[in-house]
Amino acid sequence: MAHQKLSLYQTSILILVAVCSPLGNTCLSKGMTSLPELTLAHPLALFAAAFTPWVALGIALLIGFFACYLTALSWADLSYVMLATAWGNVVVELLARFYLHEAVSYQRWLGVVLITLGVGLVAPGPPRTIQTAFNDSAPLVEKGAPQ
Amino acid sequence: MNFASLPVLSAGFWAAAAMIAAVVLSSTAGEVLTAAAMKSVGDLDEIRAHSGLKGAIVAVLTCPLFFAGVFFMAVAFFALLFTLNHLNLGLAGPATASLTVITNALAAKLFLKENVDRRRWTAAVLICIGVYFLAH
Repeated sequence: MAHQKLSLYQTSILILVAVCSPLGNTCLSKGMTSLPELTLAHPLALFAAAFTPWVALGIALLIGFFACYLTALSWADLSYVMLATAWGNVVVELLARFYLHEAVSYQRWLGVVLITLGVGLVAPGPPRTIQTAFNDSAPLVEKGAPQ
Repeated sequence: MNFASLPVLSAGFWAAAAMIAAVVLSSTAGEVLTAAAMKSVGDLDEIRAHSGLKGAIVAVLTCPLFFAGVFFMAVAFFALLFTLNHLNLGLAGPATASLTVITNALAAKLFLKENVDRRRWTAAVLICIGVYFLAH
């Protein structure tokens, strides 16, 4: 099933891809830094760390990210998914500024603006430009066709 | 190791560049192989509608390309750990994150035959610079 325009469901999957990865990493970071220092001498402590709330939430979010990422790649181009979901970096910056009340430098705001512009450029375009094994119709966008 | 202070022709410069290149290339290989696997499997939503969640999981797990992609993603992860052990996070983080955007777009065009048009290239460059600023 290849679409010129994304359905609401597909848009939701891309939003989950964008949000779950940075939020999962943030949860893992928060969980691991709140634990006492872990060493290889006590490997069971590392195993136990996976069951602490923040680390468990981080792992769950990253599993969700991977499932959504694979789903998105099954109906959209890699170059589309990768660029359209870069917006997740912006989410982290906005959370840092407005939820954690961290200072965000002008350089980082510039990064937010550039990523937003990039995502705004690519997101309205066609998600898939090539044929797949399950899509026997003509490619949505012929190679070299004007956009 | 502070990359910025290294002379361009020194061994340290090239060692740092090789480590960053290893992370970027293995990460790109992982992404492209995974994308190729999912393209060969087909639309997971349709498979799930016909065969259920179990059928979709089986379709993914019986695709050898998927495991090749996961293997290279694991290589990229350990290469990043190795790189962070030798280079500053302030260098390795932005360099690998931003360069991967460009190499993924290039690999998608070359190996997956995606139509990476001018609009996508412009977006890739903007996002590459933006990620660099965010990660720096």
